[in-house]
Amino acid sequence: MDVEILSRIQFAFTVAFHYIYPPLSIGLGLLMVIMEGMYLRTGDKVYENMTRFWTKIFALTFGIGVATGIVMEFEFGTNWATYSRYVGDVFGSALAAEGIFAFALESGFLGILLFGWNRVSPRVHFIATIGVFLGSVFSAVWIVVANSWQQTPAGYHIVGEGMEARAEITDFWAMVFNPSSMERLMHVWLGAFLAGAFLVLSVHAYYIIKNRHVELSKKAFKIALVVATIFSLGQLLTGHKSAEGVAHNQPAKLAALEGHFDSLAVADMYVFGWVNKKEQKVSGLKVPKGLTFLLHQDFETPVVGLNAFPEDERPTALNAIFQFYHLMVAIGMFLIALTLFASFQWWRGKLFEKKWLLWVFVFAVLLPQIANQVGWYAAEMGRQPWVVYGLLRTSDALSKAVTANQVLFSLIMFAFIYLLLFILFIYLLNKKIKHGPNEKELIDKRPNQKEMVSPFERE
Amino acid sequence: MEFLNIDYPTWWFLLVGAVFSGYAILDGFDLGAGAWHLFFKKEKSRRIALNAVGPVWDGNEVWLVIGGGTLFAGFPEVYATMFSAMYIPFMLFLAFLIFRAISIEFRSKEPMRWWRQMWDVMYSISSVMLAVLLGVVLGNVLQGAPIGADKEFQGSWLIFLNPYAIMVGITTLALFMMHGAIYLIMKTEGRLYAKIRILLRNAIIFFIITFALTSLYTLIYIPHLSDDFKQQPALFILPVMAFLSIANIPRLVNKARYGYAFFFSALTVGLLLGLVAIELYPTLIISTIDPAYSLTVYNSASSDKSLGIMLTIAAIGIPLVAGYTYFVYRTFAGKVELDETSY
Repeated sequence: MDVEILSRIQFAFTVAFHYIYPPLSIGLGLLMVIMEGMYLRTGDKVYENMTRFWTKIFALTFGIGVATGIVMEFEFGTNWATYSRYVGDVFGSALAAEGIFAFALESGFLGILLFGWNRVSPRVHFIATIGVFLGSVFSAVWIVVANSWQQTPAGYHIVGEGMEARAEITDFWAMVFNPSSMERLMHVWLGAFLAGAFLVLSVHAYYIIKNRHVELSKKAFKIALVVATIFSLGQLLTGHKSAEGVAHNQPAKLAALEGHFDSLAVADMYVFGWVNKKEQKVSGLKVPKGLTFLLHQDFETPVVGLNAFPEDERPTALNAIFQFYHLMVAIGMFLIALTLFASFQWWRGKLFEKKWLLWVFVFAVLLPQIANQVGWYAAEMGRQPWVVYGLLRTSDALSKAVTANQVLFSLIMFAFIYLLLFILFIYLLNKKIKHGPNEKELIDKRPNQKEMVSPFERE
Repeated sequence: MEFLNIDYPTWWFLLVGAVFSGYAILDGFDLGAGAWHLFFKKEKSRRIALNAVGPVWDGNEVWLVIGGGTLFAGFPEVYATMFSAMYIPFMLFLAFLIFRAISIEFRSKEPMRWWRQMWDVMYSISSVMLAVLLGVVLGNVLQGAPIGADKEFQGSWLIFLNPYAIMVGITTLALFMMHGAIYLIMKTEGRLYAKIRILLRNAIIFFIITFALTSLYTLIYIPHLSDDFKQQPALFILPVMAFLSIANIPRLVNKARYGYAFFFSALTVGLLLGLVAIELYPTLIISTIDPAYSLTVYNSASSDKSLGIMLTIAAIGIPLVAGYTYFVYRTFAGKVELDETSY
């Protein structure tokens, strides 16, 4: 295998693994702010215990998020040196802003959030929780801005020619508010809120089924259900906006998402299907002229298809892009149905009576995660063969000083480390869930509860 | 463009230097404390040592993230050349960074002895290796590397493991261990405190010896690094200050004035990196093939427009960062007290 494919696998693997965690942190951050806010307003210990419990799980997701996040910042330089030279002038300012405005904020207040319960007043602690939440929300801003600039470059000009060509910034705000950044940011934020809300729903649904921590769990479940319902619906809107944006800014990607080949024709929309690249056909269940209607609200306007682009400017993994995109949409629709149905049951006062519904919520935690992942796969694979759309090809963006063996070494290294991390994460998450939140008024403040047991004693 | 008669690339050079110095001062004591970890035998001592850095290490590590970001933003050519040239060292650095983070995070989550021992060993090895690798990178930056006309590294990555770089690596470890021991002394009491006092004395000796050897080696074998000082004798004030600052540390430690001792070991880190900056400027990476190919602040910087924007970002951001960093340190000032939230 060559450096290009290895470097792409490594970046995709490390960033996909990383992306399990930040959405959870952002989403849990929002839930923790609401829970602790409820505690301050009502003074009810149940909310304090709830917040403390989720703070512990937050610490776990945040810790792994930080540990795996720094990898990408290094990889731009180690694996994609030519890319870094090309975009540094533009991309760098977004990354620097990310570090200063977002990471410093969240990591600074994290210490107080985790360890400050007995050292600062509840009000100051609440401010720290908000600080961490805002930090994580801001971190999404700058990295999505940077990625969106790769999808829809703006506010720059090209200096130099050939291998010396560089993108230089001309207008900072045009770069920040490039054509796709805001709609994509909304979509990412809401996806993160859903990831957090569904984790809370899952854990508390499990407690209710097992008849543990029932009072606390019912309260937490309702909070998370409100968040999940609002943002599931909201996601429909931001998703639609994003699709319109892609149609306008990256027509080749849109054509790949729906498997639309004809260079200019009225386009169908598929509920599900299979793309045959050779015969340029999609077989599956379709809404005739659906894509045209979605984009133009009529049944006549033609949509640009893949054949309108030269062979070497089209994404290649067409079926994968199609499947990822459709899986994301299907999950989004299911989440809307699920949360609306649960809200309806709540309104009827029968939310916690349906065991099967609670079980669905226990497992639904995976759905926003999968949707977040495959959504990004579709977005990034759909941008190929470009790393910066229309400007720089992925194959030209590599490091010239790096050999395939070096990348193979680091890829194997990351595979081992991340496998270990994932096993530990699941193990400790499971343990924390089994342990559960403290019951009312029963916060164990003994420092020695974590003392090591002697080797001769069983736990 | 200029601001206060200093051009933007130079400002940005100062900024990158300041952020990396901040990182070395802050994460330096975390890494130093981690390097000492296995010297503490009792479970309680290890927990106190771990919780001394517990609430702050993560914030300290962010300085590295900011440093990487400012280097990428300000000098993309240097960032690209250096990181792709030192591919394997940086990948190992990442691995140890991850291992240190998860060791701190996971250690206290299970009570079994083997579990805690495993993470303790991992935590300590990672801290040692991170300190050494930082020094190895610095040593190579001081020596230069075979950089071609196209600003690309030409050579095998193995050249980075040369005796000089390893010497700088060990010196860095010694410096951080001294710095970390002083930090731990401020955070501990009783028998652990007494033990760290003895360790600190050894650390100071260890550092002074390695530092003297490295300085000598630098003066004899890498003479170009002292050119700036020969041309501008006024600059000699910096090495003199560094020397006084180092000499001050054992004096203050003997008087048990650890707060001041910590200030001076932080100052030492800052001054030594300041020396490096003066020796290098305006070069960032020296080409050993032809000095004309060296990457300088001028031929590797982003455009003035970009640097100006980011100086504005830094001017807004840095006071904020300093503000809540101060707040966090004040909240956790004083001796470590273990409670139910501790690691």
